[in-house]
Amino acid sequence: MPATRESGIGIAARPAPRPRSSPGYARRRAVDAVARWIIAAIATAAIAAVALIFLFVAKEALPVFTSPEVHEEVTIERMVLPQAWKEGATPSFSWQPVSKVPKYSLAPLVVGTFKVTLIALIFAVPIAVLAALFSAEFAPPRVRETLKPAIELLAGIPSVVLGFFALMVLATFFQDTFGFTFRLNAIVAGVGLALTIVPVVFTVSEDALTTVPKAYREAALALGASRARTAWSVVLPAATPGIFAAIVLGFGRAMGETMIVLMASGNAAILSADPAVSVRTIPATIAAEMGEVVVGGAHWSVLFFLGSLLFLVTLVFNGLGGWYVGRLRRKVGGTS
Amino acid sequence: MTRLTPHQRANFAFGAFSGSAALVIVAVLAFIVWDVLSLGLPQMSWEFVSAPPRDGMTAGGIFPAIFGTVLLVLIMTAAVIPVGVVTAVFLFEYARPDAFFARAVRSAVYNLAGVPSIVFGLFGVGFFIQFVGGNLDRLFSDGRVVWGQPAILWAALTLAVLTLPVVIVATEEALRAVPREHREAALALGSTRFEALWRVVLPQAVPGILTGAILAVARGAGETAPILFTGAAYFLPHLPTSGHDQFMHLGYHVYVLATQSPDIEATKPILYGTVLVLLLVTVILNLVAIGLRSRLRKRRS
Repeated sequence: MPATRESGIGIAARPAPRPRSSPGYARRRAVDAVARWIIAAIATAAIAAVALIFLFVAKEALPVFTSPEVHEEVTIERMVLPQAWKEGATPSFSWQPVSKVPKYSLAPLVVGTFKVTLIALIFAVPIAVLAALFSAEFAPPRVRETLKPAIELLAGIPSVVLGFFALMVLATFFQDTFGFTFRLNAIVAGVGLALTIVPVVFTVSEDALTTVPKAYREAALALGASRARTAWSVVLPAATPGIFAAIVLGFGRAMGETMIVLMASGNAAILSADPAVSVRTIPATIAAEMGEVVVGGAHWSVLFFLGSLLFLVTLVFNGLGGWYVGRLRRKVGGTS
Repeated sequence: MTRLTPHQRANFAFGAFSGSAALVIVAVLAFIVWDVLSLGLPQMSWEFVSAPPRDGMTAGGIFPAIFGTVLLVLIMTAAVIPVGVVTAVFLFEYARPDAFFARAVRSAVYNLAGVPSIVFGLFGVGFFIQFVGGNLDRLFSDGRVVWGQPAILWAALTLAVLTLPVVIVATEEALRAVPREHREAALALGSTRFEALWRVVLPQAVPGILTGAILAVARGAGETAPILFTGAAYFLPHLPTSGHDQFMHLGYHVYVLATQSPDIEATKPILYGTVLVLLLVTVILNLVAIGLRSRLRKRRS
């Protein structure tokens, strides 16, 4: 067996030759060969799934580029550049697909998506990374063994329940405390979203922190640093690439999350940098409008176009994050 | 009391600081569970889980939504387990980890896990409803729309694609826990690779595969975005009886009750009750899976 096999548990490639006389030998060999091919064939399902997802979402989006009928309502140019929607009006960005003059500016949605995602990261990253540092450096084993399942449990709560919580409890609490004009806004949605990405950021960060070589800690302690100083100035910087990967993965997750934002953001496509006004994100737009569009129409195609964008962008972010995590694991040589 | 050294003080302060971050996470989790429990529990009754809704969703129960969710998840499980288990068997037992095809499968599984759930919804519409359903109708029902519309089968298959990575990852872990010697012993006794797999390896991996199935069910039961337009309905007078019927669903019920109710105060008790049922289902399933897995890991080491 070649030494490069990392998992090295698979069954030896060539079974030893057997006497031809053993009963049913040919039949058993045939079954074995057939099973092997069937298993390999079924294993293509995952590849097929990813390919089909992109193909069929992109296929429905294609008319945005090619169909003359769709172009009467919307073109790429009209989605990207500011438009004067009325004769003589100042050009502006506006998303109003259902109106006499359908308006399809992507800017409010893109800005809204990034705004909510950033707010989620601002809340989630410090808490999740600090908690990971606590779990990796300070927590007694028993505390760690409670903390990790608790965070897994948080990850297991359906997003519609978190959205419901943000809508019913957080929104009211925030409005009473800070006096927001809009009850549902980017901050409420962002905090709700933070709840879904805390587990991702925590898990990957904790992984990165625990794989920092022990020698680093020992060297720092031997030089007279306290455990706190070691954790903050040695372990945390050494784990930076992994924590960066955690943030990137959290970003990808937050951007694609639908139900929380759909329920708690107010869903008004307002182009603004103010975090206290309502926003509409790309996933929430798809979820809210998909039910009422004409199959194959301009609006339908634009929603699938948004879906394709979302697919590609999250693919890039997950790819980046995964590449970092993979490199980290290889460097340390651990398995997981 | 002895005075603390500067080191001890720094350690204590920083430990408490980072520990408070962990505490915040646990506290928020506890608060969500407490809020839903305290407002949802008074709603629980036999009628609530066994009767259909009445009076414009302000009274009665949520039985159709429970039924729809369970049926949905059962169809999903039937579809995802065989494919997921076989894929994991291929990756772990047959493929060389550095072979191109195995790496392609692995990367596809990884990317599949990162696709936003709303994109799965679009995929369900574009592929299952429009393409598969539409073509079935063209071939078998003379253009009448039977399969080319939102239906429980399409929603379940969409969820099956979404939960595929969960099953694959859990099965691989289960296979990794089967000692290598067992495979070698089976082969040394003259079994073929498939016989060793079928009679020796897989039976030992069953608890781990079960863990994966439970995690997939917990995930599938809670996902709402992919079923928004692939088959869920807010209210149906009948339970789904065939694969091309629409269905009611706990998550979708929560979404509509919370966002589109004309009188939120009147529907609030039902809403909290529904959230409690959904939360209980997913939390209990997750706890079972976490417990099962940690027991398996302990046994292994």
